Formats: sequence, structure tokens, C-alpha cells
Amino acid sequence: MSPLLLTLRLAATTTACLLLLGTPLAWWLARTRSPAKAPLEALVALPLVLPPTVLGFYLLLLLAPRGPVGRLWSELGGGPLVFSFAGLVVGSVLYSLPFVVQPLQASFEAVGSGPLEAAATLGAGPLDRFMSIVVPLARRGVLTATVLGFAHTVGEFGVVLMLGGNIPGRTRVVSIAIYDRVESLDYAAAHRLSLLLVAFSFLVLLLVYAGGGAGSRLRWRPR
Amino acid sequence: MVANRALARVAVAAACLAAVPALPGGVAPAGATTVQVAAAASVEPALRELATDFERASGHRLAVSSGSTGKLAAQVAQGAPFAVLLAADAEHPEALEKQGLAVAGTRVTFARGRLVLWSAQPGLSLGPETLRAGRFAHLAIADPDVAPYGAAAVAALRRLGVYEAVAPKLVRGESVGQTFAFVKSGAAELGFVALSQLGAAAVGSRWPVPEELHPPLLHQAVLLAKGKDDPAARAFLAFLVSEPARAVLRHFGYTVP
Repeated sequence: MSPLLLTLRLAATTTACLLLLGTPLAWWLARTRSPAKAPLEALVALPLVLPPTVLGFYLLLLLAPRGPVGRLWSELGGGPLVFSFAGLVVGSVLYSLPFVVQPLQASFEAVGSGPLEAAATLGAGPLDRFMSIVVPLARRGVLTATVLGFAHTVGEFGVVLMLGGNIPGRTRVVSIAIYDRVESLDYAAAHRLSLLLVAFSFLVLLLVYAGGGAGSRLRWRPR
Repeated sequence: MVANRALARVAVAAACLAAVPALPGGVAPAGATTVQVAAAASVEPALRELATDFERASGHRLAVSSGSTGKLAAQVAQGAPFAVLLAADAEHPEALEKQGLAVAGTRVTFARGRLVLWSAQPGLSLGPETLRAGRFAHLAIADPDVAPYGAAAVAALRRLGVYEAVAPKLVRGESVGQTFAFVKSGAAELGFVALSQLGAAAVGSRWPVPEELHPPLLHQAVLLAKGKDDPAARAFLAFLVSEPARAVLRHFGYTVP
């Protein structure tokens, strides 16, 4: 698989995982008054602050065959996590977590409890309330989370460099391939990949800004 | 809250002010010179000891940047401010000299390195059979495009006739330094690293690869164009081939010419 396709696959898989895991987490964070809220929010925001090398370093130790997570994973019948696509997904999910959870949480908070309580008095169940009130009202946040999660994973470099092992077709994503080419002074190939990435990223953002109109503007600020 | 914020602002301003007079302190005082050295990742462990000795003897200081030889040479070509390059091969110093980026006539072979197949797990008997049997998930090498030890590893694997068989299991460190970390952490069971990285006290199992399996790992140092008029850089090159330095290099497993 070419580095570009691999990158897109990694970003798509990561975004899907993040929406699945991030939505309940963001929902809980938006609604809870638990004392665990602040520490959890801080944990979610950590990848914003930490250099990717810190994440990559600890993931390398944790996911290694003799590391705690790697050992558990192989006992459960999984293949090696380090130097594999699965390992990159784990790394990317952590790395892009705040970019998905924070916009989701902000949009869930903006929905407020008023409409939900009104719906509850009209007899709507919890799932019904979520699907017919929260999702439509928070769609801007969902779109922002999706685009940011995807784009941030496409732009990932440090974690993959530490964890990937630069295997063609499996872990050599486009950012690594570019670094590789620059290091070997193969600027022509580096240009090809870089320009492709610039064009692709611009197109994705253009689609979001132009396609969705005012409702889908990326209006997200780090909290 | 407001008071807190005001206090925080004062603290930040104070910290900024305090940092200003500290800035010139980062520059070396007149007299003692800092030599910017670019060193192959495999040389770095030995260089740490060499630097201490050189600094003590000369009063100069070394600022060392390490990475794969190919990457460092590319950085030099892009105008990196290095005065001396310690390469893990002879090709890159030679090419830099041809391009006028290194001072002609200053190239010197200071050591010959040794490639080692290494595992962090002790008690293994490693050898060509290990590679042929292929009972491992990952074999770490340095990126052969930019790292001489990676190129030597690929050459040895080809000579042993196992390259095609192990190719799907190869993971590439961006330099032999990262390759070492892959194996040390246990993320890769095996890897080709430099003997100079293992040190005297390294645990695990090793097989020093016979040198006839790959082109010799000649390590050359060269004075770069940016260090042409720097007596401290020349002093360091002279130190590198002196008897005390050779003793250190030998101690790290190098063959010294």
C-alpha cells in the first residue's frame, strides 16, 4: 500500500475509533458534576501539550511484546502491536483524542439541559433524546471533531517515527516517507508527496468550509 | 480570581525579565571555543567519553549533534553550522570534500566499526542460524539509505542469503541509535547494531558479524568548511587520532588503524 493510501486508512480508522470512544466520553464530561471530571479533562488534553516523542516512548515500552499491554494483547491472541498498523491506530487514537473529545464536549455542553428535560417530560427515552436532539444540535461539533481528528492523524509524525519502524506498506505513512526522502536527499520524491499532502489537506478543509455553509465552520478553540 | 490573574501576569513578566540577562550566558565566553560536532549515532557513546577528555585537556567545549551519517551529511549540505563530522563511513566525508563542503586533505580514518546482531534477552545463542530459522517477529536495522550500519546489515543479510526471507520482518530505525532503542526496549527481538553501542556492561546476547560479510565500516572524520578557521576544531581532529583517544575507541570495541 502506498504511503498516501496507508495514511488515509490510518486516519479513517483512527477517526472511527475516536468517534466511537470519544462520543460517550465527551457526553459524560459535558454532563457530569463528578470530582473525576477535572482530572479526566486534564488527561484528555495531555496530548495537546506533550511532545509526540513522550507518547511514542511510553507506547513503545507499553506495547512491546514484553511490555504490559503488548503481553496482554498477545495473550488475548493479537499479533505484535509495535511496528504494526494496529499499534499505529492505538498511538493515533491517543494522539488525536483531544481533537475529537474537546469539540464534541463543547457542542454537547452548548445543547444544555433545557431541551433534554422538555423532551423527557414528553416521554422521550434517553437514546431517543440523544439521537433526535443532541446529535442534530451538536452536528457542527461532530463535524469539527471528525475533520480535526482525521486531519490531525494525517499530520502525525513523531509517534509513528518512534513506534512504526518505517515498514513499507504497513507503517510507512506519508509523513515518514517524506522525512525519509528528505534525509536521503531525494527532494523530487519529497516534493511529490508533500505537494500531494498540501493539496489533499487544502481540499478537505475547502470541502468543509464551502460545502457545509455557516453551520459547519471550524470554530474550535483549545479549551 | 482577578487578583490571582494579576499576580500571574506579574510573575510571567518577572520571569521574562529574569530570562533576558541570562541569554548572553548561553554563548561561550571569549577564549574557550565551542566546537560544533556532527557525529554518527554509533560514535555517540564513545564520543561522550572522548569529549570529556578533550574538554579537560584543551579547555574547549564540544557541542555534539548525533544522527545517521547520511542525515548529518545532508544537513551539512544544507548549511548546518557543524565544524567537524565524525561519519560511520568514508563515502559521505569524501562526497562532502568533493562538493567543497569539507576542507580537502583533512579526512582521517579514525576507527573501523563492528556490526553486531544483538538481542536484549540474555542466554540466546545467536548466529547465522538464528537468521535462517527466522523465529522472530521483528529484526531491527538502521535505515540502509542513510545509516552505514544499516547498509552493512543489508549487505550481510544478502551475503548470508536470508535477505528475502527476513525482509518482511525488518523494522528500520532512522539511525542506528533508534535501532538500538528498538532492541533495548524489547520491541524488536533482534537487531543489527554497532558494537560500540553495547559497551562493556551490555546485557543480552550478541553475535559479532564476521567482517567479511559486508564492506568494512571505515569511520572517517573530516574538518568541514565551517570549521576551516577554527583552531579548536582542528585540535579536536588531532586529538581524535592521538593515543589517549585511540585507547578510548578501542575500549568501545573499535579497531583503530
